[in-house]
Amino acid sequence: MLRFFANAKYDFIGVRRWAYGVTAALILPSLLVLLVRGLNYSIEFTGGTLVQVRSHKAVDVADIRTGLDREGIHGAEIQNFGAPGEYVIRARVAKPGTDANDTQVTAAAVNQALDAVLGAGNYTVIRTEAVGPKVGGELRQKAFLAIFLSFFAVLAYLAYRFEWRFGLAAILATAHDIIATIAFIGVMHLEVSLTVVAAVLSMVGYSLNDTIIIFDRVRENLLKHKKMRFEDILNLSINETLPRSILTHGTTLSTLLALIFFAGEVIRPFALVMFFGVFTGTFSSIYIASPVLMAIERRWPGALARGHMGPAAAATPAPTGRKVQPVGS
Amino acid sequence: MSIRTRILVILALIALSVFYLIPRDVTVRERDLQTGVMHDRTEKRMPLKLGLDLQGGMHLALELDQSKQVSADPGRDLDLALTVLRKRIDEFGVSEPVIQKVGDERIVVELPGIDDPARAKSIVQRSAFLEFRITDETNALEKAIPGMDRVLRQMGVRAEGAAAGKPSAVEQLLGGDSASKPAPKGAAPDTAKKPAPSRSEGAAAPDTTSADTATAANVGGGVLAGLIQPAAGGTPGEYMVPETAFPRVDSLLNLPNVARQLPRGVTLRWSSTPTSVGVESYRFLYALEDKPIITGSNLEDAQAQIDPLTNGPIVTFQLDRAGGRKFGNETARHVGDYMAILLDGRAQGRPPVIQSRIARNGQITLQGRTLQEAQDLALTLKAGALPIPLKIVEERQVGASLGADSIQKGITAGIVGTALVVLIMLTYYRLSGALAVAALALYILFTLGGLSLMDATLTLPGLAGIVLSIGIAVDANVLIFERIREELQHGKTVRLAVDEGFKHAMNAIVDSNVSTVLTALFLFQFGTGPVKGFAVTLIMGIAASMITAVFVTRTFYMVWLDRRPTMATLSI
Repeated sequence: MLRFFANAKYDFIGVRRWAYGVTAALILPSLLVLLVRGLNYSIEFTGGTLVQVRSHKAVDVADIRTGLDREGIHGAEIQNFGAPGEYVIRARVAKPGTDANDTQVTAAAVNQALDAVLGAGNYTVIRTEAVGPKVGGELRQKAFLAIFLSFFAVLAYLAYRFEWRFGLAAILATAHDIIATIAFIGVMHLEVSLTVVAAVLSMVGYSLNDTIIIFDRVRENLLKHKKMRFEDILNLSINETLPRSILTHGTTLSTLLALIFFAGEVIRPFALVMFFGVFTGTFSSIYIASPVLMAIERRWPGALARGHMGPAAAATPAPTGRKVQPVGS
Repeated sequence: MSIRTRILVILALIALSVFYLIPRDVTVRERDLQTGVMHDRTEKRMPLKLGLDLQGGMHLALELDQSKQVSADPGRDLDLALTVLRKRIDEFGVSEPVIQKVGDERIVVELPGIDDPARAKSIVQRSAFLEFRITDETNALEKAIPGMDRVLRQMGVRAEGAAAGKPSAVEQLLGGDSASKPAPKGAAPDTAKKPAPSRSEGAAAPDTTSADTATAANVGGGVLAGLIQPAAGGTPGEYMVPETAFPRVDSLLNLPNVARQLPRGVTLRWSSTPTSVGVESYRFLYALEDKPIITGSNLEDAQAQIDPLTNGPIVTFQLDRAGGRKFGNETARHVGDYMAILLDGRAQGRPPVIQSRIARNGQITLQGRTLQEAQDLALTLKAGALPIPLKIVEERQVGASLGADSIQKGITAGIVGTALVVLIMLTYYRLSGALAVAALALYILFTLGGLSLMDATLTLPGLAGIVLSIGIAVDANVLIFERIREELQHGKTVRLAVDEGFKHAMNAIVDSNVSTVLTALFLFQFGTGPVKGFAVTLIMGIAASMITAVFVTRTFYMVWLDRRPTMATLSI
């Protein structure tokens, strides 16, 4: 029988302070980069015009830029997309002096510039996205609302299925995941589109999944091992679910790798965000959700956790126990 | 539940999924637009509806464009526009279009498989406001030009000679109107339903001009006097402007102070296309009576035809009874006068002279247009005019080739991803892994069948979602298998271990899946088309994975253990 990490007895909780250090060391500088550079929002959110063209002849990106400047569209982003002769042009600023919410003016100007540079009939427009700032603002608002509300819905569900202590711990872990993912998106300079927001929400679901599976074990073990210290219960639960975690993450990462390499440019940011999400989700389930649960149970012990906080848990502060304890004796 | 019943349920689910995935003919009952008679139409129903990003097509979000014309009742006008758009798109002949109101101020139009986006946009956006006006016979414009030039001089606008094609700095300062007026591209309709508001303010103005009536139009060297000249041919109220000067003259004429110089009851309109006179290209400018003798609201029918005389496209039309009566009376009164035909505020061709009373039939001659354009015009005229022009606030268009490309790539990724997952499961869990793989095959079948059953739209993110979910779907099986392994380790018999394994894994499976469904529901609620498609596949995938992991795999085990009751070790 092939089995990874069977009967593992790693002291995950014992080294949690190291883990905090690592995640802080990774996230804080990333957030700093993000603050300086800002997020790379897609046309959907900023408003603007995106035109993807396939041209028979490859031209210099600078030529296209000159053509756009001549039409009064300045500061457009031009990108060679996939094959040579295929370009994506993003004009975030509408043609000066026109109504930005009337998307057709800028789109027409981009087409005229392309006619001049590539020659009319020498290229085909294979994708157009033109979003007025008003629609962009609405989409942005909806995306935030979706993340925010799903946050609370999940909290409510967890509070109902477990109890608020577990729910709160899981939500804090999720918050960590979202911040880490935003930092990742910022450092990789990925374009934040609706699809990427969908990836962030899926990542949240996946990470919660992981947390719930550990918590489920914690609940079970709290009933099974009446005398065991809470920290040991956590370690035991994480170790017991470790083989499952390794395998599920393995299959998920395989499909994500397939998406990253084969599914094309449009899906790649989505797959990359999810790929990162698998790692941060695993990390946060072990090192954020579990220690936070322990901290909460120490301060406000619930019925289940009572009696697991060491001898005389109610009277004296619980031992911080940094020593590795034999697990599952 | 006995093994027999379980197998029957699984077979039924398979049959149902396969049934929904087989393309078949469905009969659609619909009303014929011309005759109003109901008739049946058979069309092929494809199992999975593809989103615009996969099959190619166009998504437009439109709002009332009130920059030129303010709507008195935006809600009503939007509903009217919706009806007009439905009629137009029905006539246009797009299969399965979506035309719906979103919120209070937006119409969303989705046209799958459109191969000519520019044409589709013009059909959706064209106001199609048709009107007939008698040309001005009082030389009102000629008389007003000196006054207009004087106003311009006071404002500091100087003549630049005939080559005044590029807007000058002064014009850019003063001519703020040019942005809101039709650009030379001719795309922006300038509906002439109401006279410009500035005209009524300038009610007292004609007095000031009458003093100058003696001055001839071309004298004085004024800006406009140098650019506007009466057209050859003697049609009253017809003037011409060099095409290069057209945008400039247009913006100058629209300056409120200049427009005020024109007497009440007269309004100016441009021709829709430039005309070549000799080597020069000119744009005709018409002084017209303010009040149209009839508008397109009285139109009953319109067809595109080829004029046998000129071989050019024309649009013939029929007016309704009331319109015919009114048109007949007016034309009888104006025999010998010239009548301009205006479409969206632009004159179509040079105004013909009214020979005799015209009743219900008429025609519009289109210069230098294709028959297809004539057909589109007939279509929009028949469907009716938009009450207020619409502007496109969002456009997404994907070419069919790009869509096909995306499908191909998605399928490749799906095959590679599935292969990797199968490999992992077989290596790690061996025979039990094979059961999981069989369950996974059913998972894919059920997910696709379920999507087809729900009539869901498959989008590119949705496709990615399916590929991703194949990796995640095995999680439930993994949870169960790991539990079984633990139970076996605790020394339980195979049968007991399997039972306990399934029982204990349930909690975790349900909890984790519910939380994923919750996030997916919010995605569905707040996402746009492609992302909605993703949310739907996610929800469907979770439902299918619960069924396959919990029910199907369990049944497989039951069958397996039933065949080998004495099995001491489990291949897991």
